[in-house]
Amino acid sequence: MAVLSEEQEMLRNMAREWVANESPVAKFRAVRAGGEPRAYDPAAYATMAQMGWTGVIIPEAFGGYDFGWLSAGMIVEELGKTVTASPLVATTLAAAAIVLGGSDEQKARWLPQLASGAVIGTLAIDEGPHHNPRTLATTVAGGALTGTKAFVHEAHDATLFVVAAADGLYLVEGAEGTVDVATRHLADMRSHAQVTFSGAAAQKLEHGGDDLLDKVLDRARILTACEMLGMAQQVFDTTLGYLKQRVQFNQVLSSFQALQHRMADLFGDLAMMRSAVEGGLQALDSGVMVPQAAALAKAEANRVLHTISREGVQLHGGIGMTDEYDIGFYLKRARVLEASWGTTSFLKDRFATLSGY
Amino acid sequence: MATRPMTDKDAANEAFRQEVRQFLADHFPPELKGKGNPMAGVESDLRETEAQKRWRAAMGSKGWGTPTWPAAYGGGGLSRGQAAILNEELARAGAYNPIGGMGVMMFGPTLLEYGNEQQKQEHIPPICRGEIRWCQGYSEPNAGSDLANLQTTAEDKGDHYLVNGQKTWTSGGQWADKCFCLVRTDRSDKHKGISFLLIDMKAPGVEVRPIRMISGLSPFCETFFTDVKVPKENLVGREGEGWTIGKRLLQHERTNLSGGGSMARMMGPRLSDLAKKYRETDADGALADKVLRDRIADFEIRWGAFLLTARRATEESKAQGGVSEISSVLKKLGTKLGQERAELTIEIMGLQGLGWEGEGFSDAELSGVRAWLFGKATTIYGGSTEIQSNIIAKRVLGMLDHQ
Ligand SMILES: Cc1cc2nc3c(=O)[nH]c(=O)nc-3n(C[C@H](O)[C@H](O)[C@H](O)COP(=O)(O)OP(=O)(O)OC[C@H]3O[C@@H](n4cnc5c(N)ncnc54)[C@H](O)[C@@H]3O)c2cc1C
Repeated sequence: MAVLSEEQEMLRNMAREWVANESPVAKFRAVRAGGEPRAYDPAAYATMAQMGWTGVIIPEAFGGYDFGWLSAGMIVEELGKTVTASPLVATTLAAAAIVLGGSDEQKARWLPQLASGAVIGTLAIDEGPHHNPRTLATTVAGGALTGTKAFVHEAHDATLFVVAAADGLYLVEGAEGTVDVATRHLADMRSHAQVTFSGAAAQKLEHGGDDLLDKVLDRARILTACEMLGMAQQVFDTTLGYLKQRVQFNQVLSSFQALQHRMADLFGDLAMMRSAVEGGLQALDSGVMVPQAAALAKAEANRVLHTISREGVQLHGGIGMTDEYDIGFYLKRARVLEASWGTTSFLKDRFATLSGY
Repeated sequence: MATRPMTDKDAANEAFRQEVRQFLADHFPPELKGKGNPMAGVESDLRETEAQKRWRAAMGSKGWGTPTWPAAYGGGGLSRGQAAILNEELARAGAYNPIGGMGVMMFGPTLLEYGNEQQKQEHIPPICRGEIRWCQGYSEPNAGSDLANLQTTAEDKGDHYLVNGQKTWTSGGQWADKCFCLVRTDRSDKHKGISFLLIDMKAPGVEVRPIRMISGLSPFCETFFTDVKVPKENLVGREGEGWTIGKRLLQHERTNLSGGGSMARMMGPRLSDLAKKYRETDADGALADKVLRDRIADFEIRWGAFLLTARRATEESKAQGGVSEISSVLKKLGTKLGQERAELTIEIMGLQGLGWEGEGFSDAELSGVRAWLFGKATTIYGGSTEIQSNIIAKRVLGMLDHQ
């Protein structure tokens, strides 16, 4: 765990307590049972907004708290521990795009509402099942945006879309007729949709430079890696707890060296993942080497969560295969997040390119 | 970050930085720029040039080779902040820290914690000046991973101990002045029968026989003790406290082995730079072999995560104080990655990277082979990888012993 300021520590403890007491995995089960396509509990999201979590990276001048990315990341990590469903990550990323690329008017129009939780925002970037921000068919003509975005996170309740077109990022408001949201049920049972824009009114994000899209994606990679870190930590802790109490051959499983060494390996991996993810957040806060840090953070998150989620199921034996036991939720969500904003091969390629080979 | 007014502390730091710069200008021999510390390893005799000797003496007399050790015992007495400034300035000048070896890495910190006043006065200052080289007498033919099985005995003879037995794998034993040793003072208890004793390698009855390694070098020895008389004041801690003290020393050893000390010395240029030198590149300068490129990226990402982990551990231990059991995690990760790196290095260079000696190979190629081979030891010594896994599982994760 990174060394925190007092303020950050308070925020982290608050998130930890709320998640443990108010948002256990049972809440996600209830959301899933409800079957709503939005796949989260609006009351829970309203509470998050009241606690200020929706405004963590938004400047004070626009209704936020400006606590920085390390703070935002710690909250998201805690939420990942109980697979808490919410549009917090999506909204934070939409806000980040506006903070980086918006005009003063755009900031004044949207940031206070994103900070208060009144507006839910999300990124609409990729157009197929693979993260591929280099080839985009979406176009804008005369302020009207047309294109189809695949597997958009948290689109169902979003009223603000940050959409990538071939020539830059645009803000599009959800509107009947021009913005169509078609549900795509993925294994993680969260909100995903294909979003079709048919001549939707669009405003360009003019600031933030030619690489605005990359900057936004770097933030998406790092914040997503935070959710993955919480998940990996939880699967590890749950598995360790299980090995310590399950008895076979008249002894607890945790006394078998073969299993001890596998847990020791995973513990080392988890340490590397945590360092990589926290390193990403610190890079964002200091502004140093962000692209490399983002590729490194998510590549490590992909590698380690992938391994831990597989080992977690294996080390539980049969009970790990049951829907009644929580561990399967982490396995399914893990693969969705691994594929979002860059698979491991995409990120390795990007890392090599950024490093000049 | 907004500019803030300069505080007293900033001013003091700035003054210290100037002092260091002046010292470097006065004492660092320019011909040593970019060179490594000949004392860092234990793999060879200390063959110093006159300039290297002068530089060691200059740093030693300041205590800056051991910057945070207490000035009362010859250390630099610097704060961590000042030590960081010193390091920055050394790096800026291309100067190495000429003080090192096992005395600095493991024995000194342990003696500062467990030694009595007289022992500290006697042994710490020569370490700070780089005048005395220490070796580690832990392992024996039948006590490797199961170190507590050691049988070398120290018999109480009233005013001295009489030591008999054999140590093995004693790194640098043939060049060391002194040895910190684990010996048995009581046969009735495996762990509580162990004591921590300091033995003069020049004492009558001490014999060393170098052992040749797969790298072709003979950096370690068998060490035989036959009726060696050791003064009683050379016992560190109490009789029977050796296991506790000895394990503490191993934590320091691991911290050094994981990333800082020996691994870093084996690090050559960046793998990607090496690959661009030895392999074909595309028109855009990227490596043409995409499979190799992917494997290098895969390695560099994990290596980056490891370096961040080492940094995080340092920050956390600063916040919490002292070396921690995370040293096992770092040792396990760092040594594995270091070996992976060495294997990739060889592979990148092809057969050119396997030259043993003679013509047709650059110095870097020849030393790379030896480093690759020597590097295999890193997952064996200092507690093997398997032993680190045991430690992590049992001490850190609280998994039970086999019943
Ligand atoms: C280059 C080098 C320098 C060294 N320098 C020194 C020195 O200066 N001073 C010194 O005292 N010693 C030194 N050593 C010795 C080193 O500490 C030992 O080699 C080490 O402790 C392992 O002991 P061993 O060689 O007897 O192997 P063994 O203990 O016999 O181990 C053999 C294999 O079994 C595994 N194993 C053993 N026990 C277990 C277990 N409980 N569970 C799972 N696997 C296990 C080991 O990991 C290893 O893979 C050095 C070694 C090397 C290679």
